[in-house]
Amino acid sequence: MDFTDEQVERYSRHIILPEVGGKGQEKLLNAKVFILGAGGLGSPALMYLAAAGVGTIGVADADVVDLSNLQRQIIHNNSRIGQAKVESAKQTINEMNPDVKVNAINERLTVDNIREVLRDYDVLLDGSDNFPTRFLMNDAAYFENKPLISGSMFRFEGQVATFKGNEGLPCYRCLYPEPPPKGMVPSCGEAGVLGALAGVIGVLQAVEAIKEILSIGDSLAGQLLIFDSLKMVFRKVRVMKDPECALCSPTATIKELTAYEEAVCDLRF
Amino acid sequence: MDITVNGKAKDIPYGSTIETLLMILDISPNGIAVEMNKQVIPKTRHNVTFLRDEDDIEIIQMVGGG
Repeated sequence: MDFTDEQVERYSRHIILPEVGGKGQEKLLNAKVFILGAGGLGSPALMYLAAAGVGTIGVADADVVDLSNLQRQIIHNNSRIGQAKVESAKQTINEMNPDVKVNAINERLTVDNIREVLRDYDVLLDGSDNFPTRFLMNDAAYFENKPLISGSMFRFEGQVATFKGNEGLPCYRCLYPEPPPKGMVPSCGEAGVLGALAGVIGVLQAVEAIKEILSIGDSLAGQLLIFDSLKMVFRKVRVMKDPECALCSPTATIKELTAYEEAVCDLRF
Repeated sequence: MDITVNGKAKDIPYGSTIETLLMILDISPNGIAVEMNKQVIPKTRHNVTFLRDEDDIEIIQMVGGG
């Protein structure tokens, strides 16, 4: 593909990197990334992926922008309160980089529609706010043979992992087989999250997605990165494929998508 | 036998598995992952993974916010 003069200038700091170059930038412009959630993690991830020139970005979220979101969901702003989050996200991206096509999906992904939605994309990011959705996303990514870059956070801690259950590497269920029972996790009313932590974790997801598209560096697949913002410590631990994983092992019992109970709480991260 | 759990020294009986450690600590295996010496041990292996002296255990809480 031929870059326009504007593209050469816009992406010059990428193109000058030997690991990216013109070819890598072309890969980014041809890439299709899907992000579940335009919230705390989705906001920064979307913005950096858009700035990087990822050509097609899909984003699904059924919520509208709420004032209490703005402490961390930086893709939205005051004037968008009450608007669909995906439309607000699309508007911010359109203003930032006209090279990016945004597929705004203003609905909740379910057992019935998620696989079809994910099918069009190369790399998937999970920035959802509840466990049932995280398991649905993991299982759908596995069945659709797509790499899943998962980010999650709570209070002052964040976790990032890349799951490739279909490539002999662990999936989310190898790490956490099932959602925690109701009441096990602290009630969301008592919870809270450091806003800037969302930036750290969401941007790490974007970095990992870009590396995945460019096939550069070391993938996080098979590892879990844990960030403790209070101690300012990152820890990386190995995650092995569970030889008895219910989803991705030879003895798997999960053969199709199933829905878990609704989210344990309503607090929108 | 002396091990470390989340950075703190802990004396546990010889022959303990990860499963017995969780019982000793009164921690439900749901909603957590157990890391032994920088390696997460799948839940299906908890009852067959024996702890050894000086093992470094971390209990990782599952987090779901986004």
